[in-house]
Amino acid sequence: MKKRLVIIGNGMAPGRVLDELFEHAPDLYDVTIFNAEPRVNYDRIMLSPVLSGEKKYEEIIIHGDAWYVDHGVELLKGEKVVNIDRDAKTVTSENGVTAEYDKLIVATGSLPIVIPVPGHDLPGVLTYRDLDDVTAMLLAAKSGGKAVVIGGGLLGLEAAAGLKERGMDVTVLHLMPTLMERQLDAAAGHLLQSTLEARGIDIKTGANTAEILPQPNNKGVRAVRLEDGTEIDADLVVMAVGIRPNAQLAKDAGLKTNRGILVDPQMRTSDPDIYAVGECVEFDGKVYGLVAPLYQMAGVTARELMGDANDGFSDSALATKLKVTGVDLYSAGDFADGETREEIVLRDAANGVYKRLVLEDDKIVGVVLYGDTADGGWFFQQIKDGTDISGMRDTLIFGPAYAGGEALDPMAAVAALPDDAEICGCNGVCKGKIVGAISEKGLSSLDDVRAHTKASASCGTCTGLVEQLMSLTLGEAFDPDAVSPMCGCTDLSHDDVRRLIKAKELKTIPAVMQTLEWKSSCGCAKCRPALNYYLVCDWPDEYADDYQSRFINERAHANIQKDGTYSVVPRMWGGQTSSSELRAIADVVDKFNIPTVKVTGGQRIDMLGIKKEDLPAVWADLGKAGFVSGHAYAKGLRTVKTCVGTDWCRFGTQDSTGLGVRIEKFMWGSWTPAKVKMAVSGCPRNCAEATCKDVGVICVDSGYEIHFAGAAGLDIKGTEVLGLVKTETQALEHIVALVQMYREQGHYLERIYKWAKRIGYDEVRRQIMDDAEKRRAYFDRFVFSQKFAQVDPWSERVSGKDKHEFKPMATLSLQAAE
Amino acid sequence: MNQEADHMNAMTGNWISLGALDDIPLRGARRVVRGDLAIAVFRTGDDSVRAIEDTCPHRKGPLSQGIVHGDCVTCPLHNWVISLETGVAQGADEGSVRTFRVRVGKSAEVLLCADDLDADVKCRA
Repeated sequence: MKKRLVIIGNGMAPGRVLDELFEHAPDLYDVTIFNAEPRVNYDRIMLSPVLSGEKKYEEIIIHGDAWYVDHGVELLKGEKVVNIDRDAKTVTSENGVTAEYDKLIVATGSLPIVIPVPGHDLPGVLTYRDLDDVTAMLLAAKSGGKAVVIGGGLLGLEAAAGLKERGMDVTVLHLMPTLMERQLDAAAGHLLQSTLEARGIDIKTGANTAEILPQPNNKGVRAVRLEDGTEIDADLVVMAVGIRPNAQLAKDAGLKTNRGILVDPQMRTSDPDIYAVGECVEFDGKVYGLVAPLYQMAGVTARELMGDANDGFSDSALATKLKVTGVDLYSAGDFADGETREEIVLRDAANGVYKRLVLEDDKIVGVVLYGDTADGGWFFQQIKDGTDISGMRDTLIFGPAYAGGEALDPMAAVAALPDDAEICGCNGVCKGKIVGAISEKGLSSLDDVRAHTKASASCGTCTGLVEQLMSLTLGEAFDPDAVSPMCGCTDLSHDDVRRLIKAKELKTIPAVMQTLEWKSSCGCAKCRPALNYYLVCDWPDEYADDYQSRFINERAHANIQKDGTYSVVPRMWGGQTSSSELRAIADVVDKFNIPTVKVTGGQRIDMLGIKKEDLPAVWADLGKAGFVSGHAYAKGLRTVKTCVGTDWCRFGTQDSTGLGVRIEKFMWGSWTPAKVKMAVSGCPRNCAEATCKDVGVICVDSGYEIHFAGAAGLDIKGTEVLGLVKTETQALEHIVALVQMYREQGHYLERIYKWAKRIGYDEVRRQIMDDAEKRRAYFDRFVFSQKFAQVDPWSERVSGKDKHEFKPMATLSLQAAE
Repeated sequence: MNQEADHMNAMTGNWISLGALDDIPLRGARRVVRGDLAIAVFRTGDDSVRAIEDTCPHRKGPLSQGIVHGDCVTCPLHNWVISLETGVAQGADEGSVRTFRVRVGKSAEVLLCADDLDADVKCRA
């Protein structure tokens, strides 16, 4: 029978224990996890990018729901354990769920320290520890106003930068004279302070908080008062002054604790069947908050659970990076001054570079890098290896490219690293493991290497090194651009570009190319249309559409055909037409000698073979009959196909034609990442074929079943069900919100079914069906954008817009050359 | 001899005015027709002008309708990339189109070299 492993807590450390356990001994234990937070295991290191808007929660999930299912792990979300009965070997949750264990892991993490000043318990005073804190901060930041962050350490500064990025006025209060004094020396602390101040973050050092002052009604905070009497206005106060191990549960169970749960090098508590890992642990008088030692603990624990011999946990030098976009800062080891210590310092004020190495006995013991942190990992390796640097001291500060006279080629530096050189500090992955995995498992993409080795899978700062290793190992076969970049003009992926357009408020194509360091002068036919769409979508009121960055169909508002002529499809709302419309079409066909007239799959009439010069005149005649553009050429809303519904059909349950017309009239003119085709069927017989559309509706007696993510083109795929709503108006709101979500997140040319698969159907349902506020916000943004999009491009051109597009510049006589 | 005259000497031949430079959108093109011959006249991002036959060597797509980037255009039909300077297909694709001398005159008008119209030159580097 399998042994039972129970884990209290679902943070990164126990997550890693299980990763290692399942890799080596997947069948050894039945695993049950009690998680006080109502969610899966996510990457806490990446909370700051979530706060600043550079990443979304979904992007920082380490183990999604499927992982637990795949590995047969029972994850009890929102179940806080309140009791460990060591005699009965059981744990019990607040809600009374009890589980028996053979081995127990306590991973209760840490609690943020709250300074007990008056007012610390007011609403509007937050800590910065988990996703709930981030969500609360984002909510507060929505209404703008002033934020005060107490604590100028790693977390405090990341919180401050994130809140600033979200549009708040931010003041940082720090008790000590310089920022991040535990990781930085004074000089780097000042450099950091001036960088942050230049971004508009107000920083007060030596500031001792005395009191948080309430609003008159006690419903929130008004200001923070310092010991010297200064008052700083605040609508939000974030305390980020540190963490303390959460050891109470273990203590109540009679395990030995001090500041944290005491463990031996094998991560065993005073009860041999109970292990503790993570931030709740105290080892050799020290507690830990950075990810590298926590993952080391996890590795040891996994070995112990398998009964493997191991070296046990040992305390070692730690490296830190600040995750604030645009601030490059790295520190490792110990850099306090001392009589036996020497230092090497490089300053380049103009470029904002500061590098300091602290040496002792011809070895590096500490490093602080600011502005240029590329060599951080190499210096850290020298610290850990205790390398004697006397031979390369003259050039040491310039890093591995020069030290010891090595070649300038960064690849040579990586090639020269020994197999045990650590590449990924977060996950403790060395060069040998990565190279081994690449060759043994035939890995060829960065994602594969991340999946198999975990290298660069946490904070991601060693991604460049991992890519260099792949390149070294695979040679020509490795194409670092294979996965992500949007085109040859940039290394950034579509997601990166979309995120940075918002985060940096880039509002023109040249601004995007300049700021994101495009490698070509004016882009290419891949990135320009994509950027044009992203800017149209993100800044509907401010961005001036660049027609020269659109494909010809969208520039000419018709579909180019193989012989250079065009086809024209007028809009027929919901696929309905009339005798006068048909008569007008017949007249146009005759007048312009249009060779082919065809009914399309989307219930429209297509006129093919029209010369480009004739387009404005064709549109003028169609316009007189009341037609507008059918956008059959657009990466935008194309058609809403309908059946006749309750108007005529004896099976119809709702007015499907009416709803289709309503959706089409509401949404026409909107640009989307790729074309969007919809359909509304009046009953489950589904005559409008709604279940293979981008968005479809199946009317039923009880309301409207909304479907999405179907495909009937290159791929064939039935739709997923979004959900059932009761009224037509609700159906419209849900559909519009879904399309807006896709507009904001889709990669250019990515159809809804691919986008939805990429981000997860459940996530779409969660945001559109379950989160009314989010749905409403998407809906409102779509409505706002439509103010600028719902202009009939045909009538604009009939009135003379873009005349040049439709006529030759000159017609030369055949004698011209003579 | 002033610079303009010098310039003219370097470009001997008959030049036909096609219209104003501003008639061509920046990073865009206009079509010029002469009998069965269609010429695409481009204005690149740095305001230079180029003229090539308006027929992609692949499937005869109208290059004047493509997206202009750098000194190249991407054909609207199947995304071949053609150099505006040499008329040669870029990357793995093989083929070329005729090029025509074209320049911007003194009063910002676009001038096409008439001598090139009847010369059956496939590619002029």
